Amino acid sequence: MGGNSNIKLIDDNGIRIDGRKVDELRPIKIEAGVLKNADGSAYVEIGKNKVLAAVYGPRECHPRHMQNPAKAIVQVKYNMISFSVDDRKRPGPDRRSVEISKIISEAMEYVVFTENYPRTSIDVFIEVLQANAGTRCAGLTAASVALADAGIPMKDLVPAIAVGKVNDQVVLDLNKEEDNYGQADVPMAMIPRTGEVVLLQMDGHLTYDEFKYAISLGKKACAEVYEIQKDALRRRYVVESEAEQEQPVSVPDQEA
Amino acid sequence: MELKSIMSNENVGASREVVLPGDLLDTGRLKPGSGAYSEDGKVYAAQLGIKSVKSNFVNVIPLGGRYIPSPGDTIIGKVEDIGPSNWLIDINSPYPAPLHVTEVPWKVEFGDTSRFLGVGDTIMAKVLMVDETKRVQVTMKEQGLRKLQGGQVIEISNSKVPRVIGKGGSMIQMIKNYTSCRIFIGQNGRIWLDGDIDNMLVAIRAIKMIEEGAQTLHLTEKVKEYLESVTKKSEVKEDTN
Repeated sequence: MGGNSNIKLIDDNGIRIDGRKVDELRPIKIEAGVLKNADGSAYVEIGKNKVLAAVYGPRECHPRHMQNPAKAIVQVKYNMISFSVDDRKRPGPDRRSVEISKIISEAMEYVVFTENYPRTSIDVFIEVLQANAGTRCAGLTAASVALADAGIPMKDLVPAIAVGKVNDQVVLDLNKEEDNYGQADVPMAMIPRTGEVVLLQMDGHLTYDEFKYAISLGKKACAEVYEIQKDALRRRYVVESEAEQEQPVSVPDQEA
Repeated sequence: MELKSIMSNENVGASREVVLPGDLLDTGRLKPGSGAYSEDGKVYAAQLGIKSVKSNFVNVIPLGGRYIPSPGDTIIGKVEDIGPSNWLIDINSPYPAPLHVTEVPWKVEFGDTSRFLGVGDTIMAKVLMVDETKRVQVTMKEQGLRKLQGGQVIEISNSKVPRVIGKGGSMIQMIKNYTSCRIFIGQNGRIWLDGDIDNMLVAIRAIKMIEEGAQTLHLTEKVKEYLESVTKKSEVKEDTN
């Protein structure tokens, strides 16, 4: 949020600097079960963002005093790798990553049936390999796919996306330039089926009407991300069970 | 008993539908079973797994996840720690399970626990009880439960255990017949094998095959083919010798 908005980020035809329309998402790619040693994992690419999430557990909670005798706790560690940004990021937790870890953990705790596993901890590790604005949304999207992949009971998957305001226009899924020189950034996560919002933050200023419009834009985008998440999980588990039968068929197809 | 019913449902055929958390399972007629929850009278999946309808319930048979102990499960545990009147058993789940001296088939004096089981020993045990905060207790006071000596223990995902056992124990019986190994499967995904080293390797390969292809059709035939090919080869080798 530089506040310096005399840079033209949207042209007269309503096309943004990366060629998208104002209500268009960046290309999203999700893959489930990419890590062998974790109980569940997912890899997400949203535009130039590259995020890896791994889930361990439910496992015995350490330190002991953090155990809850009634339910499991969800511990999230969001981390940006030193080479994830232009300038080298000083490794280790900082104010920003502690905050993001906390809000993602709160979002996940809402959807996971934590009461099924008292006294345990479900550990989620989110590593940002490459950042280009909207990593907390990519992180949450990856984390929820990884949780499902780990076989943890949960209400639903949570898709997340950012909306914002650039050159006095409400736009969907900000990229780095729009995030840096735009007027507002609103990351949000919503369960599409129920419309429950599990994450919502705002940086910058929006009028009430702009905000309402931004949320409706985000809601539609969440539904899109949700389908991609489901598709990733289906691909992993359905293809796995049918791979053996399909292999001999695909060879003659390629020749023709 | 529960195990058998899961197996029979898996083999019903057509309804091997993979469901994801939040997928709609039923609109009111059925009740949510394991791995499912209801909201506004509709039933949704809570877990990634295969949908199965049994009497009045929709269940989701999980495709993964940790082992959660339930009373009556026979399991393979490793001794983790020793106390004066109990052992702490690692049962491959989020919860460690104490084994009290009154639950072993030996007469143990107070403080004499380490004479009977040491750290790292492997035992066959049964889950005695699990309370609502998932405090687990295991017992060895039943026929067939004992300390496991010799052989080796392998680990598979606990959700694949029913497949390794097979319908009415058919799969595991087949492996036992072909390899003449002594095999014991714990509900917690640990498998203990003992026998001739080469045969043991064959049995492990077969079990890994089942684990990897747990959802494929005609798995029994494939495993049988593998076992037959391997045992034939060794027969040929013996002939040339």
